[in-house]
Amino acid sequence: MQLPVSRRSALGGLFGGLALSLTLTAGGALWPLSAAHAQFRVEISGVGATQIPIAIGKFRDEARSPQPVSAIIKADLERSGLFKSLDASADRLDEVGRPPLSDWRSKGADALLAGSVTPLADGRFDIRYHLWDVLKAQDMGGLSLVVPAGDLRQAAHRIADEVYEKLTGDKGVFATRIAYVSKVGRQHTLVIADSDGEGTQAALTSAQPIISPAWSPDGRQLAYVSFEGGKAVVVVQDVSSGRRRVVAGFKGTNSAPAWSPDGRQLVVTLSRDGGSQLYVINVDGEGLRRLTQSAAIDTEATWSPDGGTVFFVSDRGGGPQIYRVPASGGSATRVTFSGSYNISPAISPDGRYMAYIGQVDGGAYRVHLMDLSGGSVKVLTDTRDDESPSFAPNSKQIIYASRAQGRDVLMTTSLDGRIKAKLTTPQADVREPVWGPQLNPSRR
Amino acid sequence: MTQARQTSRLFALSLMASAALLLGGCGSSVKLDDKAGSGAAPISDATRPGGSGYGANNNTVPSTNVAPVVVAPSDNAGADIGLARVIYFDFDSNVVKEEFRGAIEGHAKRLTAAKGKKVVIEGHTDERGGREYNLALGQRRAEAVQKSLTLLGVSGEQIEAVSFGEERPAVQGSNEEAWAKNRRAEIKDR
Repeated sequence: MQLPVSRRSALGGLFGGLALSLTLTAGGALWPLSAAHAQFRVEISGVGATQIPIAIGKFRDEARSPQPVSAIIKADLERSGLFKSLDASADRLDEVGRPPLSDWRSKGADALLAGSVTPLADGRFDIRYHLWDVLKAQDMGGLSLVVPAGDLRQAAHRIADEVYEKLTGDKGVFATRIAYVSKVGRQHTLVIADSDGEGTQAALTSAQPIISPAWSPDGRQLAYVSFEGGKAVVVVQDVSSGRRRVVAGFKGTNSAPAWSPDGRQLVVTLSRDGGSQLYVINVDGEGLRRLTQSAAIDTEATWSPDGGTVFFVSDRGGGPQIYRVPASGGSATRVTFSGSYNISPAISPDGRYMAYIGQVDGGAYRVHLMDLSGGSVKVLTDTRDDESPSFAPNSKQIIYASRAQGRDVLMTTSLDGRIKAKLTTPQADVREPVWGPQLNPSRR
Repeated sequence: MTQARQTSRLFALSLMASAALLLGGCGSSVKLDDKAGSGAAPISDATRPGGSGYGANNNTVPSTNVAPVVVAPSDNAGADIGLARVIYFDFDSNVVKEEFRGAIEGHAKRLTAAKGKKVVIEGHTDERGGREYNLALGQRRAEAVQKSLTLLGVSGEQIEAVSFGEERPAVQGSNEEAWAKNRRAEIKDR
């Protein structure tokens, strides 16, 4: 299957003859993964300083729907470390009518969640919830959604997001997706999963390595580096259609794609002019512009959320450190000063923090968090082999790759490092996680 | 080794040179075969007389038949010519060490003598450190070997330097021995 190559990246004719054959289904790119890839096990460690006790009832008629929606919501809220759920399944609760709130107050609940899932004649489901403030004996509102069966999980996540926001004040990230690379034997798969690790789908399967996936800001596309042609090239793939094209396939190595906040450009690392340098390129492959000019390695660029700055890794000072440069070009300023090896910067969507990997005394690679306003740095983990941190869209959590018991696993952490969750899958090594943007479930 | 196989192998060696040229063309046009780890041409399984190893009774094939077998270019190709194709590096270094000077000179001689010949130099690192930074370090190693060749008169047009970073280790393992074998650059014919 000939991969379409945008004209610019075929410069020098070096890429013209590339023939690619990858296993993609005809009608669309995503298909469910075999059992080897599915079934993440989630282990939570640590809890918040305070946990909100919430009574969650089974949603009326949820046994008649394909998804255990109240269990999904309960797992989401508990995974955040900020909630402690009380089992309300004994009560016959739904979103209609007033539940016995004083009963629940005496059982220690601060809030109560009830709902229903009703199958409709056209095969879709009407899912509704209602949230009650038990302490104040107040109605906190609810929502009704009509979704096809395949979107029930995301609808449950969306309800969990609403409950989370109503009770904590922060936006939830349960109705989001992550992408990561899974390696089983010699097979590499670019996987998309729900934020709880369920619903895994393979976006790309290859016998050659896949690295550095990056979500477009609207969550519709993934950029990544593929070695399928015998060297590293940057590919952009439309998630729902599977259509893909090479955006950077110049002479040498093409890697480390990162999207501009407006989704129109990528910053990439190219060796076309010697060494590894940063370039900005339009997503259609046109408009190549060199961003850094050094005799060193400049790589792993990432855009600030306001689009004005690019953070990147450079070893121009000896070892790899993180620098910043105006997105329009100019001179670079160093950002990291402690430690001799600092890489993989990620900027929080609210622009306040930078997560990165720093090597500490003793050689361990750990997730660090820098407050960008003051420069203070905190180490968030105590593991040895952390890689590729990525922020959740609400800027409150970081997902990263690590090693546990000899396996590559995914981890999430709160920004204070106190609440962590480990996602493991039995047969595969998983790495390079990236957190996608907030979803609109009706669009998926 | 059977007679048929010996004949096939000689034939294969002479085919290999022309196969390398055929596989060339535009710089990085390597046909992808999902099952071939190295990205080189798949081996075409021609029918073999005598049915050795193929389970088929080929009694109808004349005994003088020679089945051409194309062997994919590999590290062994270097061994046949007597030239090392893998250059190893010290930790955190892209310096081409003295012990590889002979190999570099040999490749330079071979490439300056045949201007149409092309090679790709693939740089690698051991597994320690970040993937993208290691990709860039591997690129540095490939370019160091490239520079050694161009300094000896090889044209840049004949060489493409690429990197696999830590993604394609030669040896699995998390110890000094494995790491040393993975810090390398490989010179492959196109």
